[in-house]
Amino acid sequence: MVHHAMRTTDQRSQVGDCPTWLLKHCGVAMSQNVPAGAVVSTPDGQTIKVSDRPQTSWAKSRERLGWLMVLPSLVIVALVALYPLVESFRLSFTNARLASAREVENIGLRNYEYLWNSDTFRIAFGNTVKFTVFSVGIELVLGMVIALIINSQFKARGLVRTAILIPWAIPTVVSSRLWAYMLNDNYGVINDVLVNQLPRMFSWIPLVGDNIAGIFPDEKIAFLARPAFALPSAIAVDVWKTTPFMALLLLAGLQIIPSDVYEAAVVDGASKWKQFWQITLPLLRPAILVALIFRTLDAFRVFDVIYVMFGSKVETLTLSIFTQNALVDGDRLGRASAASVIIFLCIGVFVLIYTRLVKVEEV
Amino acid sequence: MSTVPFDRSTLPPDLPGKRRNIKLGDVVLRILFWLLVIFILIYTIFPFAWALLASIKPNADISSTPTRYLPSEIYWGNLDYVLHQRDFLYALRNSIVVSVSTVAIALVFGSLAAYALGRIKFRGRTATLYVILAMTMFPAIAILGSLFQMMRRFDLYNTIPGLVLTYMTFTLPFTVWVLANFFKAMPGELEEAALVDGSTPFQAFYKIMLPLALPGLVTTGLLAFIAAWNEFLFSLTFTNTYAARTVQPAIASFRGNTQFDEPWGSIMAAAVVVTIPLVILVLIFQRKILAGLTAGAVKG
Amino acid sequence: MKRTDRRQASIGLLRDYMAGRIDRRQLLKSAAAAGVLLPVLSIMRGASPAFAQDASPAAGGEAGSTIVVPADLRTDLAGATIAWMGTSSQDADLPFNEAAIAKFTEATGINVNLINGESETNLRLQAMRQQFAAQSSDIDVYQIDIIWPGVVAEHAVPLQDQLGAATDAMFPGIVEANTVDGDLIGIPWYTDAGLLFYRTDLLEKYGVEAPTTWSELEAAAQTIMEGEQAENPDFTGYVWQGKAYEGLTCNGLEWLVSQGGGTIIDVDRNVTVNNETAIAAMDRAATWVNGISPEGVTTYTEPETFNVWTAGNAAFARNWPYMYSASQESEATAGKVGVSPLPKGDGAEDTSAATLGGWQMFVSKYSENQEAAIEFVRFMTSPEYQTSYAIERAHLPTIPAVYDDPAVAAASEFIPQLKPVFEAAVGRPSAQTGDLYPEISTVFYQQLNQVLSGSKSAADAAASMESDMNAIFEDE
Repeated sequence: MVHHAMRTTDQRSQVGDCPTWLLKHCGVAMSQNVPAGAVVSTPDGQTIKVSDRPQTSWAKSRERLGWLMVLPSLVIVALVALYPLVESFRLSFTNARLASAREVENIGLRNYEYLWNSDTFRIAFGNTVKFTVFSVGIELVLGMVIALIINSQFKARGLVRTAILIPWAIPTVVSSRLWAYMLNDNYGVINDVLVNQLPRMFSWIPLVGDNIAGIFPDEKIAFLARPAFALPSAIAVDVWKTTPFMALLLLAGLQIIPSDVYEAAVVDGASKWKQFWQITLPLLRPAILVALIFRTLDAFRVFDVIYVMFGSKVETLTLSIFTQNALVDGDRLGRASAASVIIFLCIGVFVLIYTRLVKVEEV
Repeated sequence: MSTVPFDRSTLPPDLPGKRRNIKLGDVVLRILFWLLVIFILIYTIFPFAWALLASIKPNADISSTPTRYLPSEIYWGNLDYVLHQRDFLYALRNSIVVSVSTVAIALVFGSLAAYALGRIKFRGRTATLYVILAMTMFPAIAILGSLFQMMRRFDLYNTIPGLVLTYMTFTLPFTVWVLANFFKAMPGELEEAALVDGSTPFQAFYKIMLPLALPGLVTTGLLAFIAAWNEFLFSLTFTNTYAARTVQPAIASFRGNTQFDEPWGSIMAAAVVVTIPLVILVLIFQRKILAGLTAGAVKG
Repeated sequence: MKRTDRRQASIGLLRDYMAGRIDRRQLLKSAAAAGVLLPVLSIMRGASPAFAQDASPAAGGEAGSTIVVPADLRTDLAGATIAWMGTSSQDADLPFNEAAIAKFTEATGINVNLINGESETNLRLQAMRQQFAAQSSDIDVYQIDIIWPGVVAEHAVPLQDQLGAATDAMFPGIVEANTVDGDLIGIPWYTDAGLLFYRTDLLEKYGVEAPTTWSELEAAAQTIMEGEQAENPDFTGYVWQGKAYEGLTCNGLEWLVSQGGGTIIDVDRNVTVNNETAIAAMDRAATWVNGISPEGVTTYTEPETFNVWTAGNAAFARNWPYMYSASQESEATAGKVGVSPLPKGDGAEDTSAATLGGWQMFVSKYSENQEAAIEFVRFMTSPEYQTSYAIERAHLPTIPAVYDDPAVAAASEFIPQLKPVFEAAVGRPSAQTGDLYPEISTVFYQQLNQVLSGSKSAADAAASMESDMNAIFEDE
């Protein structure tokens, strides 16, 4: 049908070999039956000799190349992630230890039974859930506020965007130790601000100042020691550290909302508040979902923040710390494996949901 | 989840800050808005500034009550101590070696796989993508025990190569995932021109596409570097001496220079030494990092 | 009086050194000239490791100068080489032990490679387990914590035949803690025990005696605290180690034993912790938190205790003996520190209890030079070595007779006072629990920490301890 497009020309303008499936990219309209070895010309006057090799062999070699290129990464991932994962499952049914001459036996579900009956494990599970729900929830709200601020046009938006990268760049271990210092019950700066500086600042406000100043605590608070404050302190540190990440994800979502939607709303006389609830939020749903799931997964496996601040304190024990303790201090490889299988299964559910929501091909 | 450049022209209308006829309500709103901005700036910057201050305060200022905000004198003793502490220097060296090798290996293998996944249609591609995606969310703790055993079996426990290998669990899938998006978003004409020119598909990859993907490689490499530099659990569990131990566990167990001192001064000095290069890197490359972060949606 | 002068002079010299007014060589020279070398060295022990390391080459002739090599060491093993995973590179004891090794090699012809171990206890254990898992002969001699004999027993060369006689002169409690199933796993090298520190000036000011019972301590702490808080709101009565870590097991054991609440687990491996006396003891400690002790005490380890104490912000403290000499360097506490055994319960039969700490020498069964290794251990635990270690480094001997040595008393007047404490020291239940001890201890301190911070009642915690510990034994 388009054979008229084919004509022979001089060798100088010939570009080179080309498999048939590529011809369309060069602007050559073509049908399936371009003979191999024929020379075709493109609309811009260049000519191409259609490859002698049949199309299937090209596709095959490219497919082979694809596999070859993916293979090293797959091998590494299999070695350091998939194989250990299978091992974890297997070991969770044994009484294996790390450094002991004791014979390794299959003990069936005993490890799981132990965990089921263990108060400490149950507390760790509860703490992990509490930590996840609160830290992710607060991060979402705060992150949204920050994203909206950066997304609005005002002079210092670049400064804010730069500033929020600082907590993100600080290693978790460093931020834990830093906050532990700031939260110290004796000379911590947060106690000083709460007990001394803020009341002093507010008492300058006429009329209501003293009332506001009265809200603040009279005595320094042992944030890290008092059970009621321990987990919230850990959450506060995590919120500080990861809200920027949340804000950036939401910001990316905000920036692809077309501005004409808002223009229409302004014409309709919708208030900013109404615009946020009726336009921004619904259109931001996918971005929120992605951000929520990523943060949930991260929060659920929390280790560093809490381990560095509290060690093995029960009130702040999480599943990851429980597992690490069982493995390294308790030398119970089997039991630690069972605990890690439980964490894995919980996270596996999230991952399934996530991969359903974000279709790989669309990425 | 495509890469979003921060382009002001596409911005939606602002929320409170827009200029219009001045009303009392607007003035109040604007004041509140700026108070909020100032609060956010203090909230994000203050803790790091506090660490910086603590690292140059004399030890007496660090734990004084009431809190002393500015140093009574500039004291270099803690930074000096940290920079002359043998174990800490070893840890720094290990961190640099481990992070750089991790990034190099992840980029080499990751870019190969990413190119294939981003631009070549082959059977099993989608399944591979799912596996890689799942791996980016993998809980490291789930394989801690068996990885420990594996490391010992292969004599990799407490070695730098061993640590680098385990760091692949989180850097490689991430690198592949982000780079695959980069490759996919690149225009195909040049690659096709190369193929037309008689290059093999592999030549098209490393002569044409790889150089073009350099910005993506830099971004991904930076993010992987930050992830490796900040890693704690594996280093804590798979090393036990400063032959391989990195700075994060070193800081976590940092005890300060003497039993006479408040150790906070040296801890904060160590923390600052470890963090400053990172903060500078991030501030220099912030645009690239923002783009990469949102593309990969992976926490650093 | 004279002693104080020397200390003042040495502190002055060290200040000059720190401020860069004199260099290291000058410091040591002036110290020697002023006759204050010993105090300078003892202060340096606690000073920055970098500083001490710097000092080691110049001090080479000085560190270890008092070491006498015992006459009875074998010389027929000359030429053998052994490796000791010992003093960490951050430890100010390093020059002394390097000197000790040199003298040992000179006398016996046995070469010793000192491999620097970790300074953190848990990491040291991990490193050992790693060597054992590989059955490595690289290291012949290790140093082990008092709670490890049960953990590492299966990798030990039992030492009772060659060194059993030498341990007859040592504190029986410490030797007992090193014995697993009749085998002597480690030879006590130096020791530690919990002590009560008090401020002599404040006791005098408020007219109270040094407390011998917990009730007296509570009353005295309350009185002093109320008085002092008028001027110093940060002042507190009593500081100790309440964080959820091994140190809390040490503190808790002292509370239990001194009030007749048992040793958590008895010698036959029965869990005894769930008894009324023990529960009462735990409840009592919980009342201290936010009372005579700061609320933050449930996050304290030794350094936090130390910081509050040397800032002059506490009337009483529970800590290890190292805090005594260290207290002398702080303006707020120098010359005002008294030491006594920890208080006991009110019952007529109650006695003071101090949890035993300290380190032992251990020979690996994978060693290819066991004879030479044992000879090295014989030297490192000998009365001669321990005397020097006490004089130069203020480490506490495991041999009672060494405490009576006038040279030791002259170097550190408080060491002889500690002899009765070690005679009554209590071991943690590590020998009978073996390699399960770390788990047992974790259960104990995690539960106890919850009692202290008010999350759980002592009765509930004791019940949980019992069932969790039994579960650990069942699951062995």
